[in-house]
Amino acid sequence: MDNGQKTGNGISTAICGTAPVSAEEIDAICAQFGNDKHRMLDILREVQDRYRCIAPATMDHIAAATGLTRIEVEGVASFYSFLSLTPKGRVTIRLCDDIVDRFSGLSEVACAFEDELGLKVGETSNDGAFSLEYTPCIGMCDQAPAAMVNDIVLTKLTPETARSAAQALKAGRSPEQLISDRFEALTPSERALHMVDNNIRHAGEVLLGPVPEDAGLAKAATITPTQIISAIEESGLRGCGGAGFTTGRKWRFAASERAEKHFVICNADEGEPGTFKDRVLLTERPHLLIEGMTIAARAVGAREGILYLRGEYVYLRELLLQVLEERRWRGLLGKDILGVKGFDFDIRLQLGAGAYICGEEGALISSCEGLPGEPKTRPPFPVNRGYLGYPTVVNNVETFCHAARILDKGAAWFNAMGMEGSHGTKLFSVCGDCLNPGIYELPYGHTVWELLAMVGGEDAAAVQVGGPSGTMIARDSFHRKLTFDDLATGGAIIVFNGERNVLEIVEYYMSFFVHESCGYCTPCRVGNVFLQKAIQKFRKGLANPEDIDYLKDLSGTIIETSRCGLGMTSPNPVLTTLKNFPLVYSAVIKPSKDGIRDTFDIQSAIDGARKIAKRRSYIFDKDFTQ
Amino acid sequence: MSELPKARIATASLAGCFGCHMAILDIDERLIELMQLVEVDRSPLTDKKRFTQRCDIGIIEGGCCNEENVHVLHDFRRNCDVLIALGQCAIMGGLPAMRNAIMHSDAPLRECLDEAYITGKYIRNTTHNVPNDPALPLLLDEVYPCSQVVEIDYQIPGCAPSGDIIFDTLSKLLTGKFRGFERDMIKFD
Repeated sequence: MDNGQKTGNGISTAICGTAPVSAEEIDAICAQFGNDKHRMLDILREVQDRYRCIAPATMDHIAAATGLTRIEVEGVASFYSFLSLTPKGRVTIRLCDDIVDRFSGLSEVACAFEDELGLKVGETSNDGAFSLEYTPCIGMCDQAPAAMVNDIVLTKLTPETARSAAQALKAGRSPEQLISDRFEALTPSERALHMVDNNIRHAGEVLLGPVPEDAGLAKAATITPTQIISAIEESGLRGCGGAGFTTGRKWRFAASERAEKHFVICNADEGEPGTFKDRVLLTERPHLLIEGMTIAARAVGAREGILYLRGEYVYLRELLLQVLEERRWRGLLGKDILGVKGFDFDIRLQLGAGAYICGEEGALISSCEGLPGEPKTRPPFPVNRGYLGYPTVVNNVETFCHAARILDKGAAWFNAMGMEGSHGTKLFSVCGDCLNPGIYELPYGHTVWELLAMVGGEDAAAVQVGGPSGTMIARDSFHRKLTFDDLATGGAIIVFNGERNVLEIVEYYMSFFVHESCGYCTPCRVGNVFLQKAIQKFRKGLANPEDIDYLKDLSGTIIETSRCGLGMTSPNPVLTTLKNFPLVYSAVIKPSKDGIRDTFDIQSAIDGARKIAKRRSYIFDKDFTQ
Repeated sequence: MSELPKARIATASLAGCFGCHMAILDIDERLIELMQLVEVDRSPLTDKKRFTQRCDIGIIEGGCCNEENVHVLHDFRRNCDVLIALGQCAIMGGLPAMRNAIMHSDAPLRECLDEAYITGKYIRNTTHNVPNDPALPLLLDEVYPCSQVVEIDYQIPGCAPSGDIIFDTLSKLLTGKFRGFERDMIKFD
């Protein structure tokens, strides 16, 4: 998973401008996290921030301090794409390489950066000042092309703004100063809003309309945990991250598990390309989120919680820490919350480090435990044995926010919205070829046509519902409804007009899954590569009719034999376009002539040998001497 | 009573060890039975270097490691109705494809030749040169299974496949009774 980690130029640590690693400093960093091996990701992030890399000697030291072996530390360090074993520039520019960014002029922006910095994407400058690289979707598709500059986010980039940013950085200005000259004086919330527009286009009744402060929590404090769970069950709330498991049942399972401790984890690792609803909630409704987590804690009897924030949203860290601190101070977190004896709960913020797979429940728990973000075998399910082996509730940001509102306004109020089986409202993050990309909070049950009319995307030729792991539909399916039972989505709606090449989109999404597969299951690790190669064949016009069957067979194998949701959904871009855009495929296939494969190119196959032997091929090259 | 016209069979060994051709001989005395049904055209067994006429079945041992293999394979595809990949090298590249594992190199082919002829520990090559006679076919960048170069109709697995599976498959194909392999016939060693 380290496409972004190649630092060309063969620079050594010494000239990369990194300070020599001091043993005391490493010790201090480890001590800061209690020398706890479960905080490995925090330790490594800290080391990465300070030294711009995790050097081999450092790993030995960290291993000794935390009681692990060197290889365990390296296993974590090499897993996450924001951690690097070779030195990164003091300023690391990560260009968001999503398909929406590509369609919004990413390549011109990349050229502008390359030109100004004198680097190619993937390289680090010789003086160790800059690294330039691509990273998958950073959750800014409504304002693409976007980039991260260290912990700062730049949006709506043009070649001109990219040039001026690069020039300012070269002139010694800090990334923060790119946002505002008085960045230091801004509050965390102002900083976030200076960097990123939230583009709330339609506020619904539940989340983005007026929300009274902590009314749900006040209600929860007066009723029993069982009553809380019953309320959530009666509301019909289902998980908003994509899978749609009934939230009340999840909480009931966890609550009924006898254990010394219970945990509540919020999944704010929104990595599905095209999804950015949690970003908006984290910025606009952070108190509501923590309120929901606190209610869940009371419901299942948890005293500790974790807010897992994706590494790409590091710009929200200060804001969230401030909210947590404020709530501790106001008695809404900590001991005896709202004066209720024994209602103790506190939350730590866990930052990820650039791994899509960590949005998968089990992988997210592994990541919180300081391990590589690999999914866990199920059963046992997290509600039975999750974080550190204790019963754990993992819910999406939006789910917790809904839960808090349900406690305030009652289950019946929530249940009445939406449709049978899909109650309440849903945040849709819309991006791509439409006039008004942004966030729409709507009750479940609208058709795709209705949503497209709202966003100004009526001329869409294709809509990707639910991101790459979801479904791509054509105009003949726009009458379908956005519900769990028809078109389920974690929120991503990506609109493509008739000028976009469907196969290019599919190939991009396959490359995304190739990059993000954790590598544990061979069918997913290898199969997705084969799928991507097969799609390339179609794009080159070299595919035969049998290749359609090959795509279907291989997709079936990957889905059946992978253990987590990534492999079970990664063939979806291929399968859903085969189903909904059959003409796109049939237009480019042709039977091979004489049974000879067009995909095998003899000229490129012998080119290397021709150069080594310094002679022509007697079989395949013409003799021009005669 | 006039005899039925015999089916024509051709065989070739590409990047293989000739083990699969030896396995054909493992058909033993049943060869006589088989010869009632077929006539062998181009093949190392007959030492015929060219097709004398179009064949019904072509049998390929070995994958493609050089341009001549590709040329022969193309020739077989064009001159045979049914093409069979015999053994693991033809099916998957086999042992020669180990050189495909030299991946993290800027010049994998150069590295492979250097180790084989110059730098390898157990090499006694007094010329210190990589052979480069003009008659030698150029190597391909990697070793390809036959199915990547031409369409293959049937694959008989094994290294080498047993005489039994070869006889059984051929006789069933020739009588139109082939419906897939018997499970106990498939052996990979």
